[in-house]
Amino acid sequence: MAYTKRLDGRKFDELRPMVAKAGNIPNADGSGYFKVGKTEAYAAVYGPRELHPRFLQNPKTGIIRCHYNMMPFSGTGTRIRPGTKRRSQEISMVMELSLSPVVDLSQFPNSVVDVFVEFPSTDAGSRCAAISAACIALADAGIRMKDMVTSVAMGQVDGAICADLTYNEEAYDAIVSDIPVAMINGSKEITLLQMDGEITKADLIKSLEAAKDACGKVHKLQQDALEARFPGAGTDKKVDAKEVSQ
Amino acid sequence: MSSEITVEHRAVVIPGQVLAQGMDYLPGEETYREGEQIRSKVLGLANVNGRVMKVTPLSGPYIPKVDDVIIAQVSDILMSGWRVQTGTPYSAMLNVRDATQRFVRKGEDLSRILEIGDYVVGKITNVTSQNLIDITMKEPGLFKINSGRVIQVAPQKVPRMIGKRGSMIGLIKRYTGCKMVVGQNGTILIDGNAEREELAQKAIRMIEEFAHQSGLTERIEDFLKSVVGEVPETAAPSGDRRPRDNRSRGSDDSSKPSKPFVQRNADTPTENTDKAVDEKGSEEKK
Repeated sequence: MAYTKRLDGRKFDELRPMVAKAGNIPNADGSGYFKVGKTEAYAAVYGPRELHPRFLQNPKTGIIRCHYNMMPFSGTGTRIRPGTKRRSQEISMVMELSLSPVVDLSQFPNSVVDVFVEFPSTDAGSRCAAISAACIALADAGIRMKDMVTSVAMGQVDGAICADLTYNEEAYDAIVSDIPVAMINGSKEITLLQMDGEITKADLIKSLEAAKDACGKVHKLQQDALEARFPGAGTDKKVDAKEVSQ
Repeated sequence: MSSEITVEHRAVVIPGQVLAQGMDYLPGEETYREGEQIRSKVLGLANVNGRVMKVTPLSGPYIPKVDDVIIAQVSDILMSGWRVQTGTPYSAMLNVRDATQRFVRKGEDLSRILEIGDYVVGKITNVTSQNLIDITMKEPGLFKINSGRVIQVAPQKVPRMIGKRGSMIGLIKRYTGCKMVVGQNGTILIDGNAEREELAQKAIRMIEEFAHQSGLTERIEDFLKSVVGEVPETAAPSGDRRPRDNRSRGSDDSSKPSKPFVQRNADTPTENTDKAVDEKGSEEKK
């Protein structure tokens, strides 16, 4: 157990400082922002809207379409070439798969909800930040969802289970594993589970258990961000919501 | 097991948040039951109504419903009608026979009645499971928009725009003297003197911003009062539910002296229109 102290001095189960916001992009139908350490995600939701090309349309339900993109200057200094890459395609796909179990678009057949996530700065854990931000944005857009999805990267560095790895930890010169996890908040069902590196079965089970706690922290921030969007609500006398129309 | 409500009335709730615990409470609009718990489906305000838990959404798309009055924009001209954009993912059909009372000859240029880009105030007559929408303009209070400005607000805020029994909209109309129509899809027509239109627009943006708070009507009244001064109740322009009429080239509505007369007479031109359309249809088949 060589890794007794984390590189940035955090506790093993401690996440990097996080910030979450909602409604930060006025043009979008819904938007969210999620920052963990140096990883910053901006999510914008547009839709539901008409889906083209038509062969993608599903007459039973609306679909969700994610776009993940790192800005050219967002890495460690080498320019990230803009455009679609295998990596961003993969992450876009896993975002769709991790969000679609909670999203209910059955009211909007043949339509699409577009989720765009952009990163001005990254330092590991970007797909997790993307999912957490996208979920805030979807809720803000008023999309029906059965619950919130929260996401955290767990990992193991030289035998020690850590939460929310930085890039330096992922690149640590030992046996390392990086496990992005996304969970439905209430049921703790896993909607995303990927892994890089090596880990023992016992450690994997332990880290997934720890992920529940970590995701709870993310959820708290998501909730606060969405509530902060409507200041002054919830304080007043009973008002009939369905006011009589014209 | 004891039942309890876990949120305050009118509190902001997020999707998946537990609203109540136990079987004594019932899930209402935008909520669902999972085991013992009632949870929210959307971001909104919790509403405790006796034993029923509801959530009033604070944002979200407009869902077309039959009998909703909406403001839509013509986007295409078809064989026997128009395609109009409704502010939803789905466009609506406006048939010739639902658009005008007058006889439309076979092969007549429909753009003489409604041009692409025109706005109309219409009513939804039919919505299918796949959200195919039909609208009509053949009822009192439905017309082609010839002047004024059209602005867009979040559809969830429309009830606040209108207010209880039209109190809010009546207030803005009274203070600005503008004619206004609020479409259920969140599109609003303001028609009047340009400066007053600007003022009405400002008031609407204010309502939009503070829609989730209460005491809004008083607040808007104070704002309008500070700009235009006191306006007595009776100064409300009367009978403006139906602002300026379709005095456009193609429409003959303006020639009708009164609404009942229009309605009584509606049958004859409709038949004519039908025939015109049928003829077109058969021509199509050939």
